Amino acid sequence: MTESIALELTRKDFVSDQTVRWCPGCGDYAILAQLQKVLPELGVPKEKIVFISGIGCSSRFPYYMNTYGIHSIHGRAPTLASGLAVANPDLSIWVITGDGDGLSIGGNHLIHAIRRNVNLNILLFNNRIYGLTKGQYSPTSRKGKKTKSSPMGSIEQPINPLTLALSAEATFVARAMDADTTHLGEVLRAAAAHPGTSFVEIYQNCVIFNPTEWTGIDDRRTRSDHVIYLEHGKPLVFGKNNDKGVRLNGFKPEVVELGGEFSEKDLIVHDETSQELAYILAHMEHPTYPPPMGVIRNVHKPTYTEELMGQVRMAQEQKGMGDLAKLYHAADVWTV
Amino acid sequence: MSDPTVHFEELESVVIRFAGDSGDGMQLTGTQFTTTSAVFGNDISTLPDYPAEIRAPAGTLAGVSGFQVNLSQHDILTPGDAPFVLVAMNPAALKASLPDLEVGGIIIVNTDAFTPTNLKKADYDTNPLEDGSLKGYEVHEVPLTSLTREALKDMDTLTTKEKDRCQNFFALGLTFWIFDRRLETSESWIQSKFAKKPEIAEANRIALETGFYFGETTEVFRRRFQIRPASLPPGTYRNVTGNQAMALGLVTAARKIGKPLFYGSYPITPASDILHALAPLRNFDVRTFQAEDEIAAMGSVIGASFGGALAVTGTSGPGLALKSEAMNLALMLELPMVIIDVQRGGPSTGLPTKTEQADLLQALYGRNGESPMPVLAPKGPADCFDIAFEACRLAVRAMTPVVVLSEGYLANSSEPWQIPNPDEIEPIVVHHPEGRSDSNGDAPFFPYLRDEETLARPWAIPGTPGLEHRIGGLAKAPITGNVSYDPRHHEQMVHLRAEKVARLANAIPEQDVFGPASGDLLVVSWGGTFGAVRTAVTRARNKGYDVAHAHLRFLNPFPRNFETILRSYNRILVPELNNGQLAFVMRGTYALDNIISYPKLHARPFKIGEVYQKLVELFNEEQEPVSP
Repeated sequence: MTESIALELTRKDFVSDQTVRWCPGCGDYAILAQLQKVLPELGVPKEKIVFISGIGCSSRFPYYMNTYGIHSIHGRAPTLASGLAVANPDLSIWVITGDGDGLSIGGNHLIHAIRRNVNLNILLFNNRIYGLTKGQYSPTSRKGKKTKSSPMGSIEQPINPLTLALSAEATFVARAMDADTTHLGEVLRAAAAHPGTSFVEIYQNCVIFNPTEWTGIDDRRTRSDHVIYLEHGKPLVFGKNNDKGVRLNGFKPEVVELGGEFSEKDLIVHDETSQELAYILAHMEHPTYPPPMGVIRNVHKPTYTEELMGQVRMAQEQKGMGDLAKLYHAADVWTV
Repeated sequence: MSDPTVHFEELESVVIRFAGDSGDGMQLTGTQFTTTSAVFGNDISTLPDYPAEIRAPAGTLAGVSGFQVNLSQHDILTPGDAPFVLVAMNPAALKASLPDLEVGGIIIVNTDAFTPTNLKKADYDTNPLEDGSLKGYEVHEVPLTSLTREALKDMDTLTTKEKDRCQNFFALGLTFWIFDRRLETSESWIQSKFAKKPEIAEANRIALETGFYFGETTEVFRRRFQIRPASLPPGTYRNVTGNQAMALGLVTAARKIGKPLFYGSYPITPASDILHALAPLRNFDVRTFQAEDEIAAMGSVIGASFGGALAVTGTSGPGLALKSEAMNLALMLELPMVIIDVQRGGPSTGLPTKTEQADLLQALYGRNGESPMPVLAPKGPADCFDIAFEACRLAVRAMTPVVVLSEGYLANSSEPWQIPNPDEIEPIVVHHPEGRSDSNGDAPFFPYLRDEETLARPWAIPGTPGLEHRIGGLAKAPITGNVSYDPRHHEQMVHLRAEKVARLANAIPEQDVFGPASGDLLVVSWGGTFGAVRTAVTRARNKGYDVAHAHLRFLNPFPRNFETILRSYNRILVPELNNGQLAFVMRGTYALDNIISYPKLHARPFKIGEVYQKLVELFNEEQEPVSP
């Protein structure tokens, strides 16, 4: 079996012959475009890339990628992806899920895939609404959110996808936004480069059922005043004129103006390896804080398949390759 | 009978039950007795019966754990209807087992356990050892606990509790003496089991030996028995439970197909032992995956199959219910995999440690939409090996999920298995389409272009260049597999999937019939009822009744000659451990009006005697038996 030559790949190689059927203006288009741009750059042969999704608007994704793919059932994409990774540890596997698919019906699988550190890139498109079922509140909808199924406002505490991933001991946690495609591309590259589970929350706009969800942070002109771009080893500075920052006041992050009482040296310096800082950053939610964008946590631990195949190799070294006759006779036997 | 050591009674077969508290080690004692008897050469068949609670309250009826073994010099097919010998470690064990005991049978009781408290826990108003209620049985009162303590009195480092844990080996030793068995097999088991705890090993060995010599030196036991080795076909044998045989069959299939075995499963009684048997086999490239739940297990198996592994999951009824949506995805994706359902008493949590055959309709029809899936069922513990292998073969042949319906009874029961030569097992041939340089060119890859003979679609594995394709649970067009809501496409695909499974009838053996090829009565059974039904039919035939027996191992598709067989008899009796599910399917499939359902809903296997009685009843209604 020969590998296709990765270097020659272009965006076109990743475009399937199927017509994309998302609503006009849907944030999914931008994410699809970025992935089709980033994947040819990774040096991974196209046949080694697999997209697996569940159910929901975002989960139509695999049909539009000219790679291997499965459009599975609601919430279960991480389970198929885990089995696939175990069967075939060399693959680059991308799980496409949403806030309903990944955090509601499939919440359990998401936790366990992350905890096992299976080598997957999990992209969770978070639009804080159920789109495909036409507009009910989702597990990430804000309290008070009025939808078809919550006409007087949602009374449920939303889940924070990032803290959930961190609680599952995620080795890679990041956030990006459909509206900021350049930055999204950077995050996708970092996720692809990380061995183990890479969990990426992507703020995604549902133009039909939740069009104002990201108002204030999705506008290109004002965005830099309202979100903070993380860089490992760099202080948490933001604002159009880099005139604001985040410092720690006790255990609490605090937004401060730079130039007066505070300077850059008072600010939190981002450290992708710090579990403690990751929790603080993940809890910085709009509009109280500028939500952090970029890689929040990135540490290396052995992946599930490395450990598993390590056991296979160790067992084969110690016991030799399995011998069926020996296995059959590994009991009290008698001859007639 | 002045010298009890020399008097032996020759028995053709005997059924022994060891019963005690679930913490008394009765499963172990029974297994040890079985192994020794198997190595001696008897044909054996066992039936463990234990509560769902790991340690139910000590001394209560709920906590009784039993292990029944039938050993014979003949070919036997069941663990026996009624024990002839009962070893009862406490009053509850006696009470629970007594109704099953053969009249005139032998009871060995641990008198130390017959305290007022234990009698009360077992709901005895009076002591059965004193109130005459055991008249008609040969009762041996042995103070097992105090004798074991006495035997171990010099082992200062052991606590009384640790010494008491050896009393099952005392009972085992005594039973070995009664049945003229040697101690070596159990002694070497003790040595290896407790290799790291030499004192415990020594204590158990002393208890075993003391029990044996207790039989010899006391003159209490006037009867000893011998059962000669059975004349099994020549070969090398070992004892296997159904779950062990299933695991061995799966590993063998993976080897014969040349693929890693992926076993994704969530622990559930009584299927977990398959996972336990496979997990240590990493050197066979067995990749076990303990999933977070039943659905995840099924999902992982689909992913692993897509990735090119031989993918299998194991569960029980409640788990099968949870898996059904994902099983339907597997059906739509047309990927090969095997789903083992070790059935237990249902519905809901039901009777986790008891057996039943009540998931047949669930396996056949328990999914949304038109969902035809092959269903196979082993007929005995050793047959689990062949059925596991066969299920894998059919799955890859037709690119389909295949269901295996095992049973709690088969899973935990054991019988001798003639060990095959693995080199003589036929390989399972699989074709994967070859890679191409470019999939965007003129010759696109069609993931649903079918093989003309089997209707299987190609199994193109990620990593193969040029065959990139997307599949999913949405309805699809033939050949391309593209999403399609076209009504003609839907109808066509429903028919194709059904026809694909139906054509497996060409790949499975014809149904065989025991007895005449036509006549008055045919008994049709499936699964673990084989032994009891075949033995009962044999008995009836020996008495001159015109009865034949067809035992199904393939429930979907039915064997291709099955209908012809059914139409060759006046009446058809279908005994099964459910409320008539196979009978219902047969009536629906063949529009037959001569099917008599014979359901048993005790969550226990059929006894030979009750099936035989049913046969006799049927003949007494209709006709007198013809003299042989």
